[in-house]
Amino acid sequence: MKVAALTAANHPIRKWRKFKESAIEAALFLAAASSVFVIFGIIFILVSESLPFFGHVSLVEFLTETEWSPLFENPRYGILPLLSGTLVSTMIAISVAIPMGTIIASYLSEYANEKAREILKPVLELLAAVPTVVYGYFALLFVTPLLKTFLPELSGFNILSAGLVMGVMIVPYISSLSEDAMRAVPNHLREGSYAMGASKFQTIFRVVIPASFSGMTSAYILGISRALGETMVVTVAAGLQPRMAWDPTQPAATITAYIVQVSLGDLPHGSIGYQSIYVAGLTLLVITLSFNVIGLFLRKRFQESEN
Amino acid sequence: MMTTSTLDSTASSALAARPNGPSPSQELRAEVRNLSFFYATGNKVLNSVSLPIYENKVTALIGPSGCGKTTLLRCFNRMHDLYGKNRYDGEILLFPEGKNLLGDDIDPMEVRMRIGMVFQKPNPFPKSIFENVAYGLRVRGVRKKSFIQERVEWSLRHAGLWKEVKDRLTDLATSLSGGQQQRLCIARALATEPEILLLDEPTSALDPISTGHIEELVTELKKDVTIVMVTHNMHQASRCSDYTAFMYLGDLIEYNHSTEIFTNPRDKRTESYITGRFG
Repeated sequence: MKVAALTAANHPIRKWRKFKESAIEAALFLAAASSVFVIFGIIFILVSESLPFFGHVSLVEFLTETEWSPLFENPRYGILPLLSGTLVSTMIAISVAIPMGTIIASYLSEYANEKAREILKPVLELLAAVPTVVYGYFALLFVTPLLKTFLPELSGFNILSAGLVMGVMIVPYISSLSEDAMRAVPNHLREGSYAMGASKFQTIFRVVIPASFSGMTSAYILGISRALGETMVVTVAAGLQPRMAWDPTQPAATITAYIVQVSLGDLPHGSIGYQSIYVAGLTLLVITLSFNVIGLFLRKRFQESEN
Repeated sequence: MMTTSTLDSTASSALAARPNGPSPSQELRAEVRNLSFFYATGNKVLNSVSLPIYENKVTALIGPSGCGKTTLLRCFNRMHDLYGKNRYDGEILLFPEGKNLLGDDIDPMEVRMRIGMVFQKPNPFPKSIFENVAYGLRVRGVRKKSFIQERVEWSLRHAGLWKEVKDRLTDLATSLSGGQQQRLCIARALATEPEILLLDEPTSALDPISTGHIEELVTELKKDVTIVMVTHNMHQASRCSDYTAFMYLGDLIEYNHSTEIFTNPRDKRTESYITGRFG
């Protein structure tokens, strides 16, 4: 047999290989596309279940009404209380998690030696492995009493300790992604900074962090999304009371906590209470999605500067 | 023509290595004395190197890969201190005070503030062109806007980049071409008026035209600053430098006026290297 014959375009082996290649490509494409199908499926169901709700309640009422009581005799459908609960708890959480995560990442990436890193990283990851319900009870039974010692007016259920604990919970997400981003900064940039007489601290804050901005943004966005979607901690520790939550020492409910609360009851399929779950879910999705879009946009802009 | 008849070509000490002189224009700016260097692993990469560095001259360090020329260069601004337990043995004296840069009492950060460095690969920071050049001033705590502006313009002019970038100072430095980026890095180093400028193969990542720009620039810059340059390119060393040190396996084999090294090398190994027989 001549080897040259094998390379002819119409040889059966070549044809079989071509077919195999395209079959593999198609399989891989399907696997990748499945995530797209799933997200579109979720959006479709959320929207289609929410539409009848907006037949009853106008969008204006939904967005401006300051009371949320879909299950009461005299139901009101204003998302603002839930939205405020969600945003306030997220704000508290990220104001803990972003500084802490960034500082830990800076330490791990720039200061720590191999040994310190070997110990600290698994411990940090353990923080992410604690079940969220444990965090919830930790907030309710430990952090709230602790805070009460110097905030006597703090309510037993409150959004402050839920937010703080949530912040600690998402620290490992932010620190580990930020550390990866910082370690990916090429060493010649650091050397360039040191060669200018910069200190370690100046090098980190003026060169390493700006150079890893796109990765850091992803870390922050992921942290924010985690906080927005976090359910258990706020359900357990924040009190499940949908009211305008601008005072974090008082109980409040987040969108997620409301969904849990209502899902536990037995609502008739198709009732407005049932639909309100979907509406709340859709609202949450819209918020998370817009954060992701902002993140994507920022990443794009800063990636240009890194290349 | 300089006479070199009394030159000790084995360069066992800086004094012996010093070419005939000193003429009034040849002030000693720094002097390496019996410098050995050990990496944390215990590897000795410099063997008792001695070498004078003259003010407002270009000194080129040449030699095959692994000969220790970059290691030597990075001793001048204590870059080795960034990584683990590397050890210096010997002195680098910086004149006029005659202070030993490698002394334990010397803060490496202070050394780096006085001795600038440009690297092999252009490494602009992810900032604007202006902020890149202003970086050294900013880390020194300079706040005065007019002063910073003045220094940035001066540096960019001296790095031969001002005309090309003066209308786009706020653009990202990474939007410049490779050659422009390297000149920006030179401007960045110049902005803080370094006493010595270290160039670590500054053109090895550049195309021939950009290389030409940098070489012209080096010749121009020595009016203002003393330059020590590592290069793989023999033509570059002979074109741009006043003195050349040939290194091999951690030893300084020969040090002399560049014209002498390249026309009349004393050591067989130098001759083989510059004629391209090894390295």
